[in-house]
Amino acid sequence: MKTIDQNINRRSFFKKTTFASTGLVLGFNWFAFAGLSKVTTNSLNNELHQFNAFLKISTDGIVTIMSPNPEIGQNVKTSMPMIVAEELEVDWKMVRVEQAPLSNDFDRQVAGGSQSIRKGWDILRNAGATAKQMLVNAAAQQWKINAEDCTILKGIVSNSQGEKLSYGALAAVAATLDVPENVELKDSSKFTIIGSDKGNVDIKKIVTGKPLYGIDTKKDGMLYATALRPPAFGQTLQSFDDTATKAVNGVKDVIQFGDKIAILATSTWAAIKGQRALKAVWNKAENAESTNSQNEAMTALFDAAPKETARKDGDVEQAFKTADEVVERLYEAPFLPHNCLEPMNFFADVKGDSAELYGPIQTPKWTQERVAEKLALPIENVTVGMSRMGGGFGRRLYGDFALEAAEISQLAKAPVQLTFTREDDMTAGIYRPASKYIIKAAIKDGNITAYHLKEVAVNSNMFGLIPHFFPAGAIDNYQVDFHLLESNITTGAWRAPYTNFLASAEQSFFDELAERLNIDTVQLRLNLLEKAKPVAEKDKEIEYSPERMQAVIRLVAEKANWGNTEDGIFEGFSAYYSHNTHVAEIAHIKMVDNTPLVVKVFCAVDCGIVVNPLAAHNQVKGGVIDGIGHAMYGDLNFDKGKPSASNFHQFRLIRNLEAPEVEVFFVKSDVSPTGLGEPSLPPAGGAIVNAIYKATGKRLYIQPYTKQLEKVG
Amino acid sequence: MQEYTLKVNGKTQNVKVDSDTPLLWVLRDELNLVGTKYGCGIAQCGACTVHLNGKAVRSCILPVEAVKDKAITTIEGLSDDATHPVQAAWIEKDVPQCGYCQSGQIMTAAAFLSENKQPTNEEIKGAMHGNICRCGTYNNINEAVKAAAEKMN
Repeated sequence: MKTIDQNINRRSFFKKTTFASTGLVLGFNWFAFAGLSKVTTNSLNNELHQFNAFLKISTDGIVTIMSPNPEIGQNVKTSMPMIVAEELEVDWKMVRVEQAPLSNDFDRQVAGGSQSIRKGWDILRNAGATAKQMLVNAAAQQWKINAEDCTILKGIVSNSQGEKLSYGALAAVAATLDVPENVELKDSSKFTIIGSDKGNVDIKKIVTGKPLYGIDTKKDGMLYATALRPPAFGQTLQSFDDTATKAVNGVKDVIQFGDKIAILATSTWAAIKGQRALKAVWNKAENAESTNSQNEAMTALFDAAPKETARKDGDVEQAFKTADEVVERLYEAPFLPHNCLEPMNFFADVKGDSAELYGPIQTPKWTQERVAEKLALPIENVTVGMSRMGGGFGRRLYGDFALEAAEISQLAKAPVQLTFTREDDMTAGIYRPASKYIIKAAIKDGNITAYHLKEVAVNSNMFGLIPHFFPAGAIDNYQVDFHLLESNITTGAWRAPYTNFLASAEQSFFDELAERLNIDTVQLRLNLLEKAKPVAEKDKEIEYSPERMQAVIRLVAEKANWGNTEDGIFEGFSAYYSHNTHVAEIAHIKMVDNTPLVVKVFCAVDCGIVVNPLAAHNQVKGGVIDGIGHAMYGDLNFDKGKPSASNFHQFRLIRNLEAPEVEVFFVKSDVSPTGLGEPSLPPAGGAIVNAIYKATGKRLYIQPYTKQLEKVG
Repeated sequence: MQEYTLKVNGKTQNVKVDSDTPLLWVLRDELNLVGTKYGCGIAQCGACTVHLNGKAVRSCILPVEAVKDKAITTIEGLSDDATHPVQAAWIEKDVPQCGYCQSGQIMTAAAFLSENKQPTNEEIKGAMHGNICRCGTYNNINEAVKAAAEKMN
C-alpha cells in the first residue's frame, strides 16, 4: 500500500457534515437544477449547500458518487466514480452516480485534452479512501478496538470476533468523526473495480430515450429560440424585416442582439420556420476570405521568417549542407467543423440579478465566469448545470452558444432554450484551423541526420509540448518552426488539436524515409526510439517514453502479423504519442472499384492502468474510426467568407460500411492512468495513407485523401 | 394550426400544430417524447428515426399531415424498461459513447431485424449505413445488432 500526502485539493473532501441523520456526506452542494437532473433530494435541507464533493452514503448503504467532470461521451461519468468506489471498498452494485454541480470544491471541471482521468486519479482515490477510513474509524470506535484491526470488504467492516457493520449502519456516526490527514491507498494489484468491465451508468436512460441531453431541456414558461447569424465571416447586420417571421404561428418575439437576430417561439419548429422567414440584409463582408487565396498566403508564409522556433537541437543548417540527400514534403489539411451529433444548444433563464444556465458544456466554470461578466452579474448568482453531451470534440469548450442563450433570455425576459439548426452548427464557426506542414529531412550515410518541421496554421499554432514529441530526441539536428496566418474565420480545438493532422503528416513522412533508406518502416521507428532513449531521460520537455512507444509498436506488429498480409490486403503502419498516451496502429486496406476501403485496424495502446476496459476499447475504436473518417472525407472550404458545407449532404462523415473493424490491445501496466478520448485518433490517418501508398503506389499529401486520390488519378 | 389525432406508442394523442410540422418536433416539443433526436433535419443522419406502421422512417422530414391514422413507435415505445431485444443487446455490448445517435440507431436496427431475422455481417452494415455516429461506435453497433438478432430467434 502506498500513503500519499493529502495536500491535493483538500477542500474537495475534507469538509464534513454534521447532518448525521442524512448519512455520511463528504461535502455536498445541491443545485438549483435539481428538477432537471433528477437528483435524489431525500431529506436534505438547504443548509447543506455549503458542503461539497464526491460522495454520500445513506443509512441503507447506497453510495452516491458525484461525477465531477462533464460527460461528453468519453465515459467519465462511469470511470471517475469507479475510482472513488475502488478506494471506498464498496460493491459497485451499491453505487449510484450523479453528475456533480459546478462547484469550487472540484478541481478542473473540464472535458478536454483527455485529462479527466489523469488529473483526477489521485483526487478521486483519496476521496474514496478518506471516506473508507472514517467508516472504519467509526466501527473501531464502536468495538473499542484499533482501526488497524478491522477488515473491510464490499462495504462491510469486520473485526476479529466476526462482528460486522455495514457502511450504511456506520455512516451516521462516521460523518461526525475527524477527517483523517493521511490515508492509505490500495496497491493496484488489489483493484477489483478498476480494471473490470463496467457498463455506462446512463445506458438504460440512453436506450429508452430518457431526457439526458441539453437539447431535451424543458421548463415552465420556456420559449424555444433559434438565431440568425451572419452567413459569411466578416459580415455585419445592416437591417432586417421580420414581418413574415412574426406571421409564423407560435413565433412570439424577434430580437436583435449584436449582428444576430433571435427568434423566440412556442416550439422549436416555429422558431426554425421563423428563422427561415426572416429577411436580413447583411453588409458586404470585410476581409472576406476564400480557401484559394488563403492557401496561397499560407504557402507563401513558409518562405518568411518564422514567428517562433519552438525547439532547436544541434546544427540543423550544417546537417542539411552536408547531407547526401534531402527529402522535403508539403502536407496540407483543411478546416473541419466538429459536427457533434447534438447541435449546439443551451438553456438560460436570466432574471434581474441572477442567471440559471444548463446544457452541454465542456467548460462550465469558464462559461459561468463569462456569462457573469457579460450580464454584469456577481459570479455567485450565475449557475451553470451540466447535461450529458451529444458529443463535444472541442466545440463545446467555447460556450459561445451559452452566452448567446443568456443574452437572448435577458433581452426576452424569459427562460429560453436556444437550439442551433444543423446549418447553424456547421456554419457558425469555431473550426479546426486549416494547417500546412513542410517536413524536411537530411540523410547521410544511411541515417537521418536532420529533421526540420515547419507549421503554418490559421489563428494559432501547436502548443504545449507538441514540438517535443517524437522524433524530438531521436534525431540530433532537429528544429520546429511556427508560422501563423491570421483570419476572421473562427477556429478552435478539434479532437487532438494539431496532432490530428500533424501525426498523419509525420507518420507518412517517416514511411517515405524508410523506403528511401531501404529499411522496414516499423524497424525504422524502433531504431529511432532506441536512439531517443538517453536524450528522453535527460530532457524534461520530452514526455513520451521511447520504451513505452517501442512496446506498443512491437505489440501491434505482432498482433497484426506485420509483413504478412493476404493477397489483396495492403498494410500501413503509424505510431504516435499524444495526450500522455502511447499508441501504434496498423491498418489493412483493400481496393474496391479503385477506392481504398479500410477493412481492419489493429491498435496497441499504453495508457497505464486501464480503468474500465469495456469503455476503453470503445473509446479507442471510436477515435480510430473518427480519425479515418476525417482524414478520408473531411473537407470545409470558404468562398468569400462563406463555408462550403452546411449539412451532412455536403459534409461527409464516415458511415458504417466505411468503418473498419478495430481490434485493440492494451499494454498491461500498473502506471497511473492517462486519457483515451483523443490519443487513438492522430495515428489513424498515417496508418491509412501509408496503406494506400502500398495499394496504389501513390503518396497522398493533402487531406481529405479520397479527394486527393481522385485528383492524382 | 390544426388538430391531429395521432397513434403514438399505442396511445391516442391529440395535438394542435401547423400541418407542415415534422413529426420529430411534434414528438419532442408537443408530446414530450424527447428520445427521438434532432441531428440534421434533412434525413441524412438518422438520429430522428422512428417506426411508422413498423417501418423505419426519418421523422425530421415527415410532416404530421402524412402520419395521421398510422401507428407511430418511438424509442420510448420500443420498451420503457429496456427489455426489447435490441435495447438489451445495446446494453450488453455497451454500445454508446455520447449516446445521442443511439435511439435512432436502435430504431433502425429494430425495424431491420423485424424483416431480416438472420442477417449477415454485411447486411447489418448495409442496414445501419444510413445512421451517422460521430463518436464512431460502429463496431459495437454491429455487434449489438448481431446479438439482438440472436436474442430474437
